[in-house]
Amino acid sequence: MAGTSSADSQVHPSEAEGVAREPLVLNNRSMGWITERICGIVENRQPLIWWVLFVPSVALFGCLLFTLVYLVSTGVGVWGNNQPVAWGWAIVNFVFWIGIGHAGTLISAILFLTRQKWRTSVNRASEAMTLIAVMCAGIFPGFHVGRFWMVWFLAPIPNANAIWQNFKSPLLWDVFAVSTYFTVSVIFWYIGLIPDLATLRDRASKKLPKFLYGFFALGWRGGNRQWRHYEMAYLLLAALSTPLVLSVHSVVSFDFATSIVPGWHTTIFPPYFVAGAIFGGFAMVLTLMLPVRKLYGLEDLITAKHIDNMAKIILLTGTIVGYAYIMELFISYYGANKFESDAFHLRIFSGPYTWAYYCMFFCNVIAPQVFWFKWSRHNLWVVFIIVNFVNAGMWFERFVIIPTSIARDFLPGQWGYYSPSWVEKLMFLGTFGMFLMLFLLFIRFLPVIAASEVKGVLPEADAHYPEWKRLREKRRQSSAS
Amino acid sequence: MAEFSSASELYHAAEKIRDAGFRRWDVHTPYPVHGMDHAMGLGKSWLSAVVLCGGATGSFVALFLQFFTQVSLYPTVVQNKPTNLFTIPAFFPVTFELTILLAAFATLFGLLIFIMLPRWNHPLFNSKLFPKFSDDGFIMVVEARDPKFKKEETRDFLKELGAGGIEEVAH
Repeated sequence: MAGTSSADSQVHPSEAEGVAREPLVLNNRSMGWITERICGIVENRQPLIWWVLFVPSVALFGCLLFTLVYLVSTGVGVWGNNQPVAWGWAIVNFVFWIGIGHAGTLISAILFLTRQKWRTSVNRASEAMTLIAVMCAGIFPGFHVGRFWMVWFLAPIPNANAIWQNFKSPLLWDVFAVSTYFTVSVIFWYIGLIPDLATLRDRASKKLPKFLYGFFALGWRGGNRQWRHYEMAYLLLAALSTPLVLSVHSVVSFDFATSIVPGWHTTIFPPYFVAGAIFGGFAMVLTLMLPVRKLYGLEDLITAKHIDNMAKIILLTGTIVGYAYIMELFISYYGANKFESDAFHLRIFSGPYTWAYYCMFFCNVIAPQVFWFKWSRHNLWVVFIIVNFVNAGMWFERFVIIPTSIARDFLPGQWGYYSPSWVEKLMFLGTFGMFLMLFLLFIRFLPVIAASEVKGVLPEADAHYPEWKRLREKRRQSSAS
Repeated sequence: MAEFSSASELYHAAEKIRDAGFRRWDVHTPYPVHGMDHAMGLGKSWLSAVVLCGGATGSFVALFLQFFTQVSLYPTVVQNKPTNLFTIPAFFPVTFELTILLAAFATLFGLLIFIMLPRWNHPLFNSKLFPKFSDDGFIMVVEARDPKFKKEETRDFLKELGAGGIEEVAH
């Protein structure tokens, strides 16, 4: 059959480029080592710090449940939002959490399509982060409807008067976008998990884990007749998720951009929201992965190179966000819309929330500029501190956009001030508890790194490894002589 | 069933098995080996066609749902948007999302049908050697129902290709 390659005609891509690339897995770790290290996290006892984090996060999750019960039994008036600021922390938090999810899909889908092999070490955990963040996000609009048991009104089912939903409303678009996003992310994550669940199944010695991992691994046998369809499915899902992730935050931004409220009614919103979401999401990925990497000894898998790359993405997207902030200001100054220019004047000079604007600007635009310097991207403490600035800054961004715009509407008679009630504050804290709790459970029960994918990017994973190794030796000898 | 020590050995062995004309055989690896489809003589996966159908169904369902409910069944004029063919820009986001959703479902279920899973019981799971595939083993399985399969000859052939451990699995 044609195409059987002669030994030396196959050149490894990195050889052909003539650049020495940093290896994705350090210290020449073998496949067996990778399996052992990743499955070991699930099979061994958790370190003490796991419990130290888990117990308070369960307590905070309890607070969340309490506030939800209180809210449903009393009414949505327990929140601080009212006229004119009808959208308070609930929507701020919703957009915040949804945005965090976007980095997971970016890593798993967009970096897959662009053949960024370093994604393999971080994609599993960030996809899990996506799912958990979207769950946290879903709580807010769900309960924001007030009567939670009427939430089925959001689904495309006619109500008792045979009236259908308004499909022309951005709020309904949002329902479709977010639920599609969650479902597709679950499918993507689960398909990625199957080979690793099979690994856990084959290693499990106790009956119950073996049964459960075996059940969810669906009887995976890793045959190439399975892999070839699997790889196609993975590629297709990446191709589907890429426009999806860009659409989700665009649709979220339509909630604001299609209204006429000054400060919201701008065409820059979709790209600005998407860049911000990726920016904030990467910050959260790093916030989670830096401690995980340290605690479980994954330094050879999540290397300085990975952190460096992610810091660069934060720098890039942070700068895009900064551009959007400045462009918004410029257009409000340059444009002829009086209300628009007043809205931004109030936002940055004389309004009640100017402090939030400057917090946002510092955290999102100024702080990440440190990442221009290589030393900062390689100092894990600096990275950790900066990404937490970004986490806070991205929350402030949504706060700046939402209440400041509606607190200062067209008529001074409509003006008001909004501050959250204790229920809102506790609920927001509670979602952090839920986020951390679910993430810790994920670490406990599922492989935190996609072992099968990491094995595939090892140099010896290449079927032509001996050939290009020989070629490299030959070149080295000829250049020496 | 035969074990090989590296991806490259398995790859070259697969080429030989392919050229020898075997039909019912497979290689089991911890990760998808690049180029193995070619070495096994397998073509493109047509899962993409299933996904295209799923996506097209999603688009049609969404457009039908929206035009039927908003334009034909009960024309609701909201925000002064038209209720005719020109409503389509407002219908675009939901159409897009449902296209993606149904395409993703088609990918999942299409994949499961193509790879014939879930199947929790399989003769290979009785093997001692087989579980290594999910760790660092490169395993080739030639099924006894292959017309070319002859117990001793196939065993020798695999050995000749450089197989380390060879095991027979009851089926």
